[in-house]
Amino acid sequence: MKARAFSYHRAHSVDDAREAHARSGDDARYIAGGQSLVPALALRLQAPRILIDINHIEELRGVRCDGEWLRIGALTRHCEMLTDPLIAEFAPLLRAAAPFVAHPAIRNRGTLGGSVALADPASEFPAMMLALDAEIEIAGTSGRRRVRADDFFIDLFETAVGPGEIVTAILVPRFRCNQRICFDELARRRGDYALVGCGMLATCKDGLVETIRIAFFSVGNVPTRARSAEAVVSGARIDADRIVAAQAALDRDLAPPESDEVPPAMRLHLARVLLGRLLARMSEAA
Amino acid sequence: MSSEIDDAEEAVRVRFTVNGRKVACEVAPRDTLVDCLRNALELTGTHAGCEMGACGACLVQLDGRAVHGCLMFAVQADGARIDTIEGLSESGAIADLQAEFHRRNALQCGFCTPGMLINAHELLSRLTEPSRAAIRDALSGNFCRCTGYEAIVDAIAAVADARAAKASQEGSPG
Repeated sequence: MKARAFSYHRAHSVDDAREAHARSGDDARYIAGGQSLVPALALRLQAPRILIDINHIEELRGVRCDGEWLRIGALTRHCEMLTDPLIAEFAPLLRAAAPFVAHPAIRNRGTLGGSVALADPASEFPAMMLALDAEIEIAGTSGRRRVRADDFFIDLFETAVGPGEIVTAILVPRFRCNQRICFDELARRRGDYALVGCGMLATCKDGLVETIRIAFFSVGNVPTRARSAEAVVSGARIDADRIVAAQAALDRDLAPPESDEVPPAMRLHLARVLLGRLLARMSEAA
Repeated sequence: MSSEIDDAEEAVRVRFTVNGRKVACEVAPRDTLVDCLRNALELTGTHAGCEMGACGACLVQLDGRAVHGCLMFAVQADGARIDTIEGLSESGAIADLQAEFHRRNALQCGFCTPGMLINAHELLSRLTEPSRAAIRDALSGNFCRCTGYEAIVDAIAAVADARAAKASQEGSPG
């Protein structure tokens, strides 16, 4: 349970961190909150030669409005999701998801950028990037670029972030007064990984759902949008028939993998139950 | 390759403020904060349990917030303020929590207790009158294999009530 020996570099700018990474011959890991990385090092699932600490890079901090976007620095800690007034006002789905992320002491240290960059398919925040139509800002060799969440998650723990690149910020379209959110998850115990979880963002008009984005986690190798269920609900008033139709459509959206703990059929069933509950809540809010 | 590993094993000097005292020590980069506190500084009140962030026995305060001592490396804490169960005990900040844990048998073997107290201390600094559900939720990352948790929740709820009563007494005129 001890990490393999490594050397340590405390970076003070994104360029400094990226240069240290390049010098290592790409045998390095960036550490932000470290709440997933340190156990992986202790278990020797990972054994980099150099650990590059990005916690002291000032430009990765802070939450601010940037035109129609809310810009959330990659080092924003999970506990700040619960207390930051800008997040409460302009990204309430992240506020709603935050209490479900691990335990309080983990939330004091874990970061949004780290969670999104790791892309654990059982994590809350990566899936919420899909529901929010967020964009991920990445610093690479050719400067900064922004990748839509829909194009960011590629496969199990694989994202659009290339070797040596750093997630610098998350950009979320600012929440508007005609929008509604819902979030919930099913877990055996609070703070455990969810058996299945879901968050959604709807844009409403006159009691109708104009558009909706529904994202699931703990359902496969990547956080997954339920596009067929979205199509059933979009442009409609959510009633009991519509909810049943959306639940039936989940067959086409989700294909949970075989697992010893939760058989695929059970996970799909739980996803339907959760979708039904959340759409019922959404119908009251619309 | 071996020379690289030798480099990595080289000790690094770190300085931090532990329980109000400035200390410096030599650590290998891979030494976790909990190992540094226990081995180099001989502050053994912080317990190393699962060493992967699941059990909560190693909680310490880093710049005033509860964090797992096993989920960060000591070198990362360079320049930080760390408060351990020893410091919180000596300052009297958690004396009421400790007394209530004792009174209600909220500990048996005591292995989890330092982490429980640090977590409870942070909870009560954020919420003055937490519900039992909120207390249980806050403790979800702290394992106790002896008590069944009921007495721990009782103790924290009782201290919350007592502190709220004291605050309203002090706040009321006359």
